[in-house]
Amino acid sequence: MITYGEKNTAITGIGQSEIFRKPQILPFELAVRACELAIADAGLRPEDIDGLACWPNVPRGTVSGSGAAAISDIANSLDLKLNWWSGAENAAQLSPIMEAIAAISAGYATHVLCWRSLGERWAPSYGSAAAEAGQALASATSWLEFLLPYQAPSASIWTALHASAHMERYGITREQMSAIPLVQRRNAGLNPKAIYREPITIDEYMSSRMITTPFCLLDCDIPCDGATAVIVSRLDAARDLKQTPVRIEAVGAGSYDRMDTWVSRHDFPRMAMHDAAKMMWSRTDLRPSDVDTAHLYDGFSWLAMSWLEALGLCGEGESGAFIEGGERISLTGELPINTNGGQLSEGRMHGFGHLHEAVLQLRGQAGARQVAGVKVSAVGNGGGSLGGAVLLRQDD
Amino acid sequence: MSNPAPKPSRALPRITEMNRYFWCGGANGKLHILRCEACGTWIHPYAARCPQCRSDKVAPQPVSGRGVIVGYTVNVQPWIPDVAVPYVVAIVQLEEQGDLRLITNMPRTPIDQVRVGLPVKVFFEPNGDIHLPLFETA
Repeated sequence: MITYGEKNTAITGIGQSEIFRKPQILPFELAVRACELAIADAGLRPEDIDGLACWPNVPRGTVSGSGAAAISDIANSLDLKLNWWSGAENAAQLSPIMEAIAAISAGYATHVLCWRSLGERWAPSYGSAAAEAGQALASATSWLEFLLPYQAPSASIWTALHASAHMERYGITREQMSAIPLVQRRNAGLNPKAIYREPITIDEYMSSRMITTPFCLLDCDIPCDGATAVIVSRLDAARDLKQTPVRIEAVGAGSYDRMDTWVSRHDFPRMAMHDAAKMMWSRTDLRPSDVDTAHLYDGFSWLAMSWLEALGLCGEGESGAFIEGGERISLTGELPINTNGGQLSEGRMHGFGHLHEAVLQLRGQAGARQVAGVKVSAVGNGGGSLGGAVLLRQDD
Repeated sequence: MSNPAPKPSRALPRITEMNRYFWCGGANGKLHILRCEACGTWIHPYAARCPQCRSDKVAPQPVSGRGVIVGYTVNVQPWIPDVAVPYVVAIVQLEEQGDLRLITNMPRTPIDQVRVGLPVKVFFEPNGDIHLPLFETA
C-alpha cells in the first residue's frame, strides 16, 4: 500500500516581510526577515532548521522574477546547519513544499525552511522582458524559441492566448472576469500589508487601460519587493511547537502533456494546472466540496478562473457564471477565494502569498478577513506549463 | 566598405540541427513540420520519438500552411522598443492535426478582422536564412 509522504508532514511556521511596490528595503534583507519570522512563529531556533528549499534558486537578480536570496544566502545569513537543501528546477512555486515532503520522508530533515523572495529592483518581472528576449534567444533550446520571435516576451500574452480561446468557447465576458480583481481588492482592504487597498468599481475596471486583450491593467498582478517563508516539519516533531500544525493533506504537480510548450496540449486551452489538480485529488479522500477557502494563482485574473475549473471547484467552462457578480467568492460567500487580496492587490508574492494566507485562515489568524469555520483550504499555484496544488487542513 | 546589416525587425532564434527545418524551411515557400514516417503523426516542437507510436522514424515534411485561429490577443503594451503597438499574437491550429499549433503574428490582416475561427494561410518573412512563418487571412 502506498503511503503518501505529505500525510506525515505539517506546516508549523509562517513568516512574511513587508511588501513594497517601490524599493524601500534591500530585498535580500526582506528574504532573511521572512525566514526569521517563520522560525520564530514556529517556536523554533535557527539551529533546529536542518533543511532548506526554494524555487527558483538562481543567482539573485539575474533573470526576470528570480529570487532576492539564494539557498547559500539564507544558509549563511542564518548560520544554518543543513543536512539537506534543494533549489530544484521543477514544478514552480510549490516545488519547495514537495521537495521538503520528500526530504522529510527520506529522513534527511525534520524542519525544512521554504521561501520565495522577490527583488523587483534587481529583476523586474515585466519591464526587462524585451531585454531578456534577446538573451534567451541566443541560447534558446526551449519553447521560448517559438514565442520571442513573435513579439511575445510576456506571460500576459501567453496567458491571454489561452484566456481568449477559453472565454470564446464558453461565452465568458470581461464583466464576469472583473469579479476576480474587484472581490480581491475588497479583501485587500482588510489586509494592512496589501499594496492596493482602495476598492475598484466595475466602471474603473472597464475603462482601465488594456495591456493585452482580454487583460487590462487591473487583471495583472503587481510586481513588488517582499518575501514569504513557510516551515514544513515532520508531523511527530510538529505537535509540540508554538502553533497548532496545519496538515498537508495532498500535493500535486503533474505534467502529463507536452511539457513546456504552453499551446500544444491536446486539451488546450487547459494548462498543466489541470494535471497538478488531478494528481492532488488522487492522493486524498477529501473532495472539492470539502474546500472552505481557495487560494488561487492570479498572475492574471483569468488564471484564478482556470484554477477554479482545474480543481473542480466549479464545472468546466463554468467559472464565468460561478464568479459573476462576486458574491459567491467573497469573504461571506460559499467559496471565498484569495482572501488576502491575492497578487492583484496584495502584491506578486509569487504563490507563497497564497500559501501563507491559507495557513492563516486554517489557524483562525486572518484577523478582519478571517472566514468562519475554515477546515480545508486549497492552494493552486502557477500557470501555463507549470502548476502545483496543495490541499491543507486542520489537524485532527 | 559594405553597409552594416539591417537591424532585424524582431528577435530571431538561434538555428540548430534540430530547428533548421522549421525556421529556414520556408525558403521554398513551404512550412515544414516534423512527421512520424511510421504512423503519420505530426510533431511540434521537435521530439526524438513519435508520441503516438514511439517510432524513431521522424523527419520534416511540408504541410499545407493552412489553418484556423484558435486563440489570439491584441497586445497594446509596448514591451519591446521600436516595435509598434497594437499588434496581434495568435495561435494557429494547422489543418493537418488538431493539436498542431503555432504562435504567430498577422501583420497583413486588419486587427478588427482577427477572430477565433478565422481561416488563415502561411507566408514567410525572410531574415537572412531564416524564413519566419507568419499568417494572413486565407
